[in-house]
Amino acid sequence: MCLGVPGQIVAVGKDIHQLAQVDVCGVKRDVNIALICEGEPAELIGQWVLVHVGFAMSIINEEEAQATLEALMAMSVLEHEVGDFIGINAGADDAVR
Amino acid sequence: MAFTEKDVVTMAHGSGGQAMQQLIEQLFLQAFSNPALNEREDQARIPLSLLTSVGDRLAFSTDSYVIDPIFFPGGNIGKLAVCGTVNDVAVSGAVPQYLSCGFILEEGLPLQQLEQIVKSMADTATAAGVAIVTGDTKVVQRGAADKVFINTAGIGTIPASIQWGAQHIRPGDSILVSGTLGDHGATILNLRENLGLEAALTSDCAVLTPLIAPLRDIDGVRALRDATRGGVTAILHEFAAASGCGMSINEGDLPVNSAVRGVCELLGLEPLNFANEGKLVIVVAPEAEQATLAALRAHPLGKDAEVIGTVTDTARVQLKGIFGASRLLDLPHSEPLPRIC
Amino acid sequence: MQYVDEFRDPELAKTLLAHIRHKVSAIAKASERPLQLMEVCGGHTHAIYKFGIDQLLPPEIEFVHGPGCPVCVLPMGRIDGCIEIAERPEVIFCTYGDAMRVPGRNGSLLDAKRRGADVRIVYSPLDTLTFAEQNPDKQVVFFGLGFETTMPSTALTLQQAKRRGLTNFSIFCQHITIIPTLRSLLEQPDVRIDGFLAPGHVSMVIGTTPYGFIAEDFHKPLVVTGFEPLDILQALAMLVDQIHDGRCEVENQYKRIVSQQGNALARKALDDVFELKESSEWRGLGSIAGSGVQLTPAYREFDAELRFNTQEHQEVADDPLARCGDVLTGRCKPNDCPLFGTRCTPQNAFGALMVSSEGACAAYYQYRRGLA
Repeated sequence: MCLGVPGQIVAVGKDIHQLAQVDVCGVKRDVNIALICEGEPAELIGQWVLVHVGFAMSIINEEEAQATLEALMAMSVLEHEVGDFIGINAGADDAVR
Repeated sequence: MAFTEKDVVTMAHGSGGQAMQQLIEQLFLQAFSNPALNEREDQARIPLSLLTSVGDRLAFSTDSYVIDPIFFPGGNIGKLAVCGTVNDVAVSGAVPQYLSCGFILEEGLPLQQLEQIVKSMADTATAAGVAIVTGDTKVVQRGAADKVFINTAGIGTIPASIQWGAQHIRPGDSILVSGTLGDHGATILNLRENLGLEAALTSDCAVLTPLIAPLRDIDGVRALRDATRGGVTAILHEFAAASGCGMSINEGDLPVNSAVRGVCELLGLEPLNFANEGKLVIVVAPEAEQATLAALRAHPLGKDAEVIGTVTDTARVQLKGIFGASRLLDLPHSEPLPRIC
Repeated sequence: MQYVDEFRDPELAKTLLAHIRHKVSAIAKASERPLQLMEVCGGHTHAIYKFGIDQLLPPEIEFVHGPGCPVCVLPMGRIDGCIEIAERPEVIFCTYGDAMRVPGRNGSLLDAKRRGADVRIVYSPLDTLTFAEQNPDKQVVFFGLGFETTMPSTALTLQQAKRRGLTNFSIFCQHITIIPTLRSLLEQPDVRIDGFLAPGHVSMVIGTTPYGFIAEDFHKPLVVTGFEPLDILQALAMLVDQIHDGRCEVENQYKRIVSQQGNALARKALDDVFELKESSEWRGLGSIAGSGVQLTPAYREFDAELRFNTQEHQEVADDPLARCGDVLTGRCKPNDCPLFGTRCTPQNAFGALMVSSEGACAAYYQYRRGLA
């Protein structure tokens, strides 16, 4: 039961008991922030969070996201250098077996 | 006719008596006014010459409209009842000319709302060059219908040179859509289920006649359908069943509005399965692909048109994902429901 | 960064696939029989089929679709209980859309709605509190369903209901926990799973520590995994690396969302509202000790089953021919089951895994029928 989507917080209330508003691809939805907010709600503006059933469940860690992608890109460069691409494209083409 | 907020449809409006006559005279006849209707006979009398001057076959279609809510961003049930049937006639290549309309009204419907619906039907028909030439009104007791149901039937004439139909589809043909997918379905779902999503969602409800007209001059157009209930998925299955061919479309080529994408992400739904009310799915010979795309994009209703796939010789409908792997595009067995898993 | 399309990049996917092919070819045991990797969460099953990831992998890797789909493992008796409450004239019964089509013995909630019950789909449990406030003469019941991902939202909703003093609100509690079920799975003698993709959003709540026993006691590698295609491919690469190197560790691919300790605020809410139940029934798997929760004494007044004094809905035995349990444990593929596609289809689901679009059998039926 896991449909969680990234959204950006665009508005907050005065305290954590008031709903904040997130934006997902231009769609806005009120969400509860009690699970991610220990300080001032205003500090959340602009943050990306994971939204699930009307609750912000987690603040997305941008550094970790960058690190994941950078590791993949570094791996990609390495693979290019090794020239180890034989069979990959063929693999994608015969994907429909 | 000036209705106040308190005026509602009553059983008397369907009784055949004075109240009904008044409603017909002052609302329907005024709004839809045209020579055939104004004769006030029990039927519309249409000179055959008006039809035969356009083509050699009649296209005839009917549909009933029961949408909830009856008003929505981008239209209402009245506009939909004209667009839907006109489009069903027009995708044959016909020039839509005449409509009938039947109303089933629930007792208690505010007359101001009915007036708004009727006016929007009249405006849409006029803009589409179609005359509403005959009609009927019934009133049922509260609870026996949901506010208002409308049936429309339409006729048009197919020019002699046009032979569009799903049986002409061949492997290797191109599949196009005339614009973004799922706008109507996403708009209605959000309103009806009260899901609290605020978005720039608007139904794409539109008469497609002007978008279709230039396609008549292109050689190699095989078949057109408007992708209403069941979305593009349903049309692809209809095409596959009628032609015995397969349909393969590319996920990365599907045009989708940002807001519709957001709704789909949040609710776990697929834009391909959402209803549209102003989008064509078109199959053309490969050599007609670019001309068709250019003709569509030249009209505001087709500015987001895309080539989305090709017809294959293996009889299945499949979606090729962004990584090149294909999966079956199953026809959903019922209406999409929002999900959280 | 918008955290979606970045993690769907086809070029990076190719790199990961190349890595996986390269590494798996050096694993000796994979040439004898394919590696069986279990994606625990139904959300992963869905993404794997949606993006065709299973088709891109080398034949040495096979997915086993795990029990992490709460709709699939929902027993018929529980749906019968929901319907009994939903059909009371004073009740507004609110549920996630997912549960609407799950069949009980007297049909689904959708069927109950057709018979006249006031059954409403909600996106968020918070919306049900609004219904309760707007309808003081009605009883509003929320069907609380799901694993640890969904549990905190039910808990916070209940805390608010209590704070607002709502007397016409209650929940039907069907919240279950994944860890005891994984343990019970691993304790079965002939399970051959070689590694786990652990559920990213459950882990967002519980953290990565609770999986320790899988590596330590059962010597299986595990990677906590996100839901985008690159997440899944990277996690597979990490699993294959572990198997290649002979390591059994709990690793975290989904660090942008999941921390080692999870969400402390969420767990605090869970401790306040829920307590472990002795055992819970899972469709296809039977009863599993300590795998479900009930409301704590402080919240028991909000328990819909107590409030409406529902009858015990008897457990419904699965057909002996159905192989749901074998599919869940990797002993067979969905289409090896004699009921698959015949007596059991999404339109007329018999077994647990055909019920939800996330279920292994439904996904197989929907996306792979005729392609395999």
